[in-house]
Amino acid sequence: MPIIFREPGLDPLRELEQLQRRMDRLFQNAFGLERSPWRVGVYPLVNISEDRDHIFVRAELPGVKAADLEITIQDNSLILRGQRQIPTEEKQVNYHRRERESGFFRRVVALPARVQADKVEATCKDGILTIKLAKPEEVKPRKIQVKVA
Amino acid sequence: MAEKELQAKAKEEAPAKAERVRPGRVFLPAVDIFETPEILYLVADMPGVAAAKVTVDLKDNHLTISGEVAPAVGAGETMLEREYFTGDYLREFHVGSMIDQGKIEATMTDGVLHLVLPKVEKAKPRKIEVKTA
Repeated sequence: MPIIFREPGLDPLRELEQLQRRMDRLFQNAFGLERSPWRVGVYPLVNISEDRDHIFVRAELPGVKAADLEITIQDNSLILRGQRQIPTEEKQVNYHRRERESGFFRRVVALPARVQADKVEATCKDGILTIKLAKPEEVKPRKIQVKVA
Repeated sequence: MAEKELQAKAKEEAPAKAERVRPGRVFLPAVDIFETPEILYLVADMPGVAAAKVTVDLKDNHLTISGEVAPAVGAGETMLEREYFTGDYLREFHVGSMIDQGKIEATMTDGVLHLVLPKVEKAKPRKIEVKTA
């Protein structure tokens, strides 16, 4: 039976992902390059952005219905599960191209900051899933007034 | 549950033919093309494209589909992680059979374009009787 030793509060996979991100950022800054998606990850690919109060996670999921999606928040991770269905055509059709794929997906996304698990909104529009996660009060940027003595 | 696990793929960029005025990248949408004796169907994945931003053009058997995407991030957002790029979609096809231009139907649902291209009468296959002399 394999035994995996873990330091409490340390998730090796999470550490690895964060290291990878830091490396990417380093290269981006040093060479002014925008990272090309040469490192192909797990379906669906996500873009993460933030503003003052929220973190946004977006994924391109054309043809995926909201009912076929399952979104879970667990600590600092966002779990995306679901399936993409392509209705099969009747037998008499002949294909010229068949590039679109159907299947299921399950992905964990490590969030860059803590979020309020009860304040999450997910919307699907034109095949793009947007998950809006609220930052807790203590991680929001605060303006600090400098007092004149 | 569907049987296969989906694999992530980087989007393929469309080959540049002319200089573009609109900034940004252009990608080739993934398509399914299939036909019955009467109709040619085309289904294209164009996530981020609203129905009003799709253009379908058929000129002398040359079919062009294109779509413009809305900005990928909202105002005031900063990008933290980018795994995929966003951009417009463009792809061109040579359609073998004659299409009835007036009967083309296009629908856009959840970022997927469905095109129905009915063939004109004379292009429909006919069985040719071979007479015995």
